[in-house]
Amino acid sequence: MSTNNNTAAAGEQVKAIIIDDEPLARMIVQEYLQSYSEIVVLQECGDGFEGIKAIQQHHPDLIFLDIQMPKINGFEMLELVEEPPAVIFTTAFDEYAIKAFESHAVDYLLKPFNKERFDKALRKWLDQRVTRTSDRITHAPGAIAHGPAGAAPNAADTEALLETAAQSPAQQQRIVVKTGGKIKIIPLEDIHFLEAADDYVKIHTHNGAFLKNRTMSYFEKTLDPAQFVRTHRSYILNVQQVTRIDPYEKDSHLCILQSGATVPVSKAGYVKLKGVLGL
Amino acid sequence: MAKSPLSTYKFLLLFISWWAIWAFLQVSLLIGFGLPTAIALSDSIVSNTFVALSCGFLSNNMQYYLPKKERYWYILFISLGLSGIILLACKAILVPLLSDRADGAGYAQFFSKSWAVRFDIVFLQVACMAILSVLWYSSAEEQENRQRRNDAERLAKEAELFKLRQQLAPHFLFNSLNSISALIGSRPEQARKMIQQLSDFLRGNLKKEEQQWVPLSEELQYLELYLDIEKVRFGHRLDTQIVCAEDCMGSKLPPMLLQPIVENAIKFGLYDTTEAVTISIRARIEAKFVIIEVENPFDPETSRPKKGTGFGLSSIQRRLYLLFARADLLETRVAGNLFTTIVRIPQTDNQAPAIENKQTT
Repeated sequence: MSTNNNTAAAGEQVKAIIIDDEPLARMIVQEYLQSYSEIVVLQECGDGFEGIKAIQQHHPDLIFLDIQMPKINGFEMLELVEEPPAVIFTTAFDEYAIKAFESHAVDYLLKPFNKERFDKALRKWLDQRVTRTSDRITHAPGAIAHGPAGAAPNAADTEALLETAAQSPAQQQRIVVKTGGKIKIIPLEDIHFLEAADDYVKIHTHNGAFLKNRTMSYFEKTLDPAQFVRTHRSYILNVQQVTRIDPYEKDSHLCILQSGATVPVSKAGYVKLKGVLGL
Repeated sequence: MAKSPLSTYKFLLLFISWWAIWAFLQVSLLIGFGLPTAIALSDSIVSNTFVALSCGFLSNNMQYYLPKKERYWYILFISLGLSGIILLACKAILVPLLSDRADGAGYAQFFSKSWAVRFDIVFLQVACMAILSVLWYSSAEEQENRQRRNDAERLAKEAELFKLRQQLAPHFLFNSLNSISALIGSRPEQARKMIQQLSDFLRGNLKKEEQQWVPLSEELQYLELYLDIEKVRFGHRLDTQIVCAEDCMGSKLPPMLLQPIVENAIKFGLYDTTEAVTISIRARIEAKFVIIEVENPFDPETSRPKKGTGFGLSSIQRRLYLLFARADLLETRVAGNLFTTIVRIPQTDNQAPAIENKQTT
């Protein structure tokens, strides 16, 4: 690296954060990182809440992230971060997660991992970072954003990864949202319906509505289709909340929920809804 | 396949005696009608031999083809057909043979006069044999089916028990190995200790699969080993408390029953909160039951343990049901942010689990 003086990354410090609930697991990452003088670990976090705070505070270039953690898992934490940094997952055997990684080309380390495997993952990322940063300088000199610019993972990849992860049995029971500075875990049975709201989806529940930075099609794909039906371009509803379906204008219907809320049902949505309700 | 009834010595003897009696009766009858003894004897032996052979043939063949219930009328046709053939064969042999004799002048006439009675008797004999064979084979088939069903059920039960017992979480194993890997660099002594603990734990796991019943003291020791390993993994976050009355140390319970409960408690204690966690295990004896309570904190806002089976306890519920045929041995209780799993194990004097009793009877 010392002779490489035509890139912005060379010689620059790499900011990293380790997020894992087991102290010894964090320790071994620290130990392996000792041979990388350019990488500085700014913080170690024991759960996803601390992780989010640390990421917002330090804007790291790279995080080492465990998946099974208290309260919210690694995927859920990543969902809540606005501009996710590059991620190297460190996890014990989890068939489902591995499938997610493999199909979306994000690197992962299976615990226990040795130094060689760790080096390989880190080298790959460092090399990519150099290429990406130099590309950016050549093609779009004015377009370097602040924060984890150069090596940020492809946004579509992250989206696809989170979508796959959200279909795992563990995550199908709940949705994690950020409201104000707080993180809220919404059990699925509390959800009345989802409503499209510009770039967000508004989740209506017993305890008010919450915004989540995802698309309607994301929820349509990840939520259990036997419980949640997309009745309209802008609405997905929890069929357990339905009390009545009334005809509305030509070809469309209105669904009345237990909470008293009404949800529009399009012609195609009505067919789907009838199928799920077994009418 | 079921064996033919004639293949058993007892039934063969019965069949032969039956045939001999019938032949004797026919001889007496024919003599009574005024036929000479020699002719009566030949007539009786030939016709009854044919009947016996046909019955044997019929019974033997039903081994391979047994009409279904809705096709029982086949038996009637087969019996009628077979009786006709027997009668024709008797006529073809007896009439030319006996008419040539000096004293057999009226035999041909006698035979054609008596054919209806002969047909009646032969048909009754053949049909009777056919019906008996059907009963014999269907009951054998039924017994075979029942045996097979029992075997299948027993196998499924054993396999299920084995599977339920053998749920060593791979997460636990790989994370423990990762902790050891981390300790090797800085604290090799502690790494060695943890390898020892993990080995003891795995060895205990292997050994217990063979045993049917283990004493509580042994099981608690084993749990402590497991909890010690978890404590190394989670550092200061995990604290444990084991309280066991002296008098229940010797009580017996199925192996690997408590471990998934404690695993579940750890999972929800450690993964549902971010604070330090205390897992308590308490055991006591009450009216022929040993009662074990496992308590863990949880977050009532995000997890809603379902009443009855609780979080992930359905496999334990199932196992208890398979072992004791009772669904009320596992209970869960929620008080504030504490979740308690209560399991009751019946203590009988002979200590033989219900499933064993069923298998031997």
